[in-house]
Amino acid sequence: MSNIITRHKKLERNVTLLAVFAFVAVAIGGIVEIAPLFWIDNTVEKVEGMRPYTPLEQAGRNIYVREGCYTCHSQMIRPFRDEVERYGHYSLAAESMYDHPFQWGSKRTGPDLARVGNRYSDEWHVQHLTDPRSVVPESVMPPYAFLANTDLNTGDMAAHLKALRRVGVPYSATDIAKANADLVLQADADADPGDLVARYPKAQVRDFDGDPARLTEMDALVAYLQMLGTLVDTQSTAGQEVRSPGAAR
Amino acid sequence: MESLALRAGGWLLLAFLAVAAVATAADSGFAIHMAIFAMAALAALWVTISRADYGAIGRGILRAPDPGRYDDDVIRWGVVATVFWGIAGFAAGLFIALELAFPLLNFDPYLNFGRVRPLHTSAVIFAFGGNALIATSFYVVQRTCRARLAFPNLARFVFWGYQLFIVLAASGYLLGVTQSREYAEPEWYVDLWLTIVWVAYAAVFIGTIVKRKEPHIYVANWFYLAFILTIAMLHIVNNLAIPVALTGSHSYSAFAGVQDALTQWWYGHNAVGFFLTAGFLAMMYYFVPKQAERPVYSYRLSILHFWSLIFLYIWAGPHHLHYTALPDWAQTLGMVFSIMLWMPSWGGMINGLMTLNGAWDKIRTDPIIRMMVMALAFYGMATFEGPMLSIKAVNSLSHYTDWTIGHVHAGALGWNGMITFAAIYYLVPRLWARQRLYSLRMVNWHFWLATLGIVLYAAAMWVSGITQGLMWREYGADGYLVYSFSETVAAMLPYYVIRSAGGLLYLAGAIVMVVNVWRTILGHLREERPMTEAAYDPAADRPIISTAVLAKEG
Repeated sequence: MSNIITRHKKLERNVTLLAVFAFVAVAIGGIVEIAPLFWIDNTVEKVEGMRPYTPLEQAGRNIYVREGCYTCHSQMIRPFRDEVERYGHYSLAAESMYDHPFQWGSKRTGPDLARVGNRYSDEWHVQHLTDPRSVVPESVMPPYAFLANTDLNTGDMAAHLKALRRVGVPYSATDIAKANADLVLQADADADPGDLVARYPKAQVRDFDGDPARLTEMDALVAYLQMLGTLVDTQSTAGQEVRSPGAAR
Repeated sequence: MESLALRAGGWLLLAFLAVAAVATAADSGFAIHMAIFAMAALAALWVTISRADYGAIGRGILRAPDPGRYDDDVIRWGVVATVFWGIAGFAAGLFIALELAFPLLNFDPYLNFGRVRPLHTSAVIFAFGGNALIATSFYVVQRTCRARLAFPNLARFVFWGYQLFIVLAASGYLLGVTQSREYAEPEWYVDLWLTIVWVAYAAVFIGTIVKRKEPHIYVANWFYLAFILTIAMLHIVNNLAIPVALTGSHSYSAFAGVQDALTQWWYGHNAVGFFLTAGFLAMMYYFVPKQAERPVYSYRLSILHFWSLIFLYIWAGPHHLHYTALPDWAQTLGMVFSIMLWMPSWGGMINGLMTLNGAWDKIRTDPIIRMMVMALAFYGMATFEGPMLSIKAVNSLSHYTDWTIGHVHAGALGWNGMITFAAIYYLVPRLWARQRLYSLRMVNWHFWLATLGIVLYAAAMWVSGITQGLMWREYGADGYLVYSFSETVAAMLPYYVIRSAGGLLYLAGAIVMVVNVWRTILGHLREERPMTEAAYDPAADRPIISTAVLAKEG
């Protein structure tokens, strides 16, 4: 011990040595824990059905991020009987593989939203977001009535998709070229959805906010909420996991 | 003189660039932020030109000696900023606590809970805590190195640059400019600005150590150094992002899903570990021995404490992601290291508390010492509770509930708040060369208001958290879940009201501090009875030395 103390005196007298040793000590943990997640293949098991967000869903997600919804809502169902019964199949890693940033959350002042898609009607969502306590009297959620009165203004949606492609989301050149048109088309009840749905399977195309004349932030947010957890067919996922090479071991 | 022209020109250039950015901004949030930038640059330009001390330039040519032994200007500003942001952060906290109890207080969109909650956390952690850390680190490093601050102008830039960071971050949340990654909410350009300020901070701090006249680097400086280096590493890696446009505020995180989650909690947990723990332990290692007038209890323990704490802390992040889609091995690793972390944490607490060996009487007579002891007691409690909550079985109940909120507030209000208040009470009379504080009895009031506030807060959150967790998982005899989610929300109301009352008491204590600090700076002295009737007995007030040591020396 006294030997170590003597040698430690060197560090105490040399700020460069002290800084280098301290930096090495704090760097190790992060490297060991984080780096493998990028090269161990079964960190994110492949599942069928995952696709990038449509421009409208991504715009809705950006509103979700802007309003800080994560401060009260999680998007991560844990594999417990009560959670699975309350919210649906536990969340799979692949289901957030295109989430920049992730929005798993850390607090449930309100319920989990990982699989809220298609559970309520659009009308319910609009009413609930406008005046939460008119549909859930016990709710402590803030009102978001302004969303229905605010035109959706994302700037150039193609730029958003390009930025996302740079961080690894596989948008095609067509997706980027048609981003601004797709944004408007998905909330248009009268449009022909053929091409959009072909590129984004299971995309829901309709007017979401009950006001077909305008494309509002409410349209985008409801479109996002209505697709949450709907891409992967969790009934067949169990079978997929058995077949995947990672799970065979 | 050349440097004056250079600085003025630099500020002017920065102002022009910011104005150009306003003109080409893609969204209003970015435009408003660039306008704030431009105004700050213009203000700096005005100050540079109008306040330039032409006499000092003259004295500089004549190489006149500096008036004071240490460079304390920035520290005085920092103490005032700490108090100011403290009140702002506590008030924001009280407001959002009331919003949860009475949702009518949500005024959409700017004052909705989701926008004000990050404002509260950032104001308390980065504005209140950050200013306390910058101010005390500049104070401690000069005294323990017996050297004036290196690069005094850079030190001033650090202070004002950091305030600009706070204003940009806070106004951003209210305007909806956020990454929505907990405790790393500021957008890409604000992050870049903080990086510049932080590098300058490191340069001033390390530069001062380099020019020290003491051969030894004091233990408090080890902790400050580790805090500065680690925060730089965490901040840069966690905020890697691609902006949508160079004239827009929005960016997309470089990582997604699982990887983003672990990077974020590696950052988030070590914002606690290095910002709120290592930095504040540095404050403990200086101010507790100073106020108690006793040396640090154990030199060896401080070496062990330092290296084990900084090495182990960094591993603990995954405990925020138990039972999520993060791979099991990472969760387990995080849990194991979190439990090991209990030991160095308590080692630090013991080293701080035992420094009072032979001066325990001061807990009764000196309310500042009492604040320090209470801070260490809460540190001990929070660092026991943390490892406990990181055990997966416990976490399955506590995660997503108010128990976590109670835990962080025991640490933040009890440990960080109390040790900062004690340091402020220590610093103010010394920095403004006053005989003593305006009132010691007001410190006593502050102590009790704050303590009572924390007790109400933590107790309410424990009960509500455990209630919430148990209600969510309760099954009836019929095999169905007993409670709907809305019923569990309704059950929280009484606890949310009690929590708000606790927050109000804590804020009231801080307002008492504002008055006390203000009057002390003005040089007022309150006529009051002394805190204790017992006469001072120097014979009874001496260190307790073990008989073994006495025998060896005898």
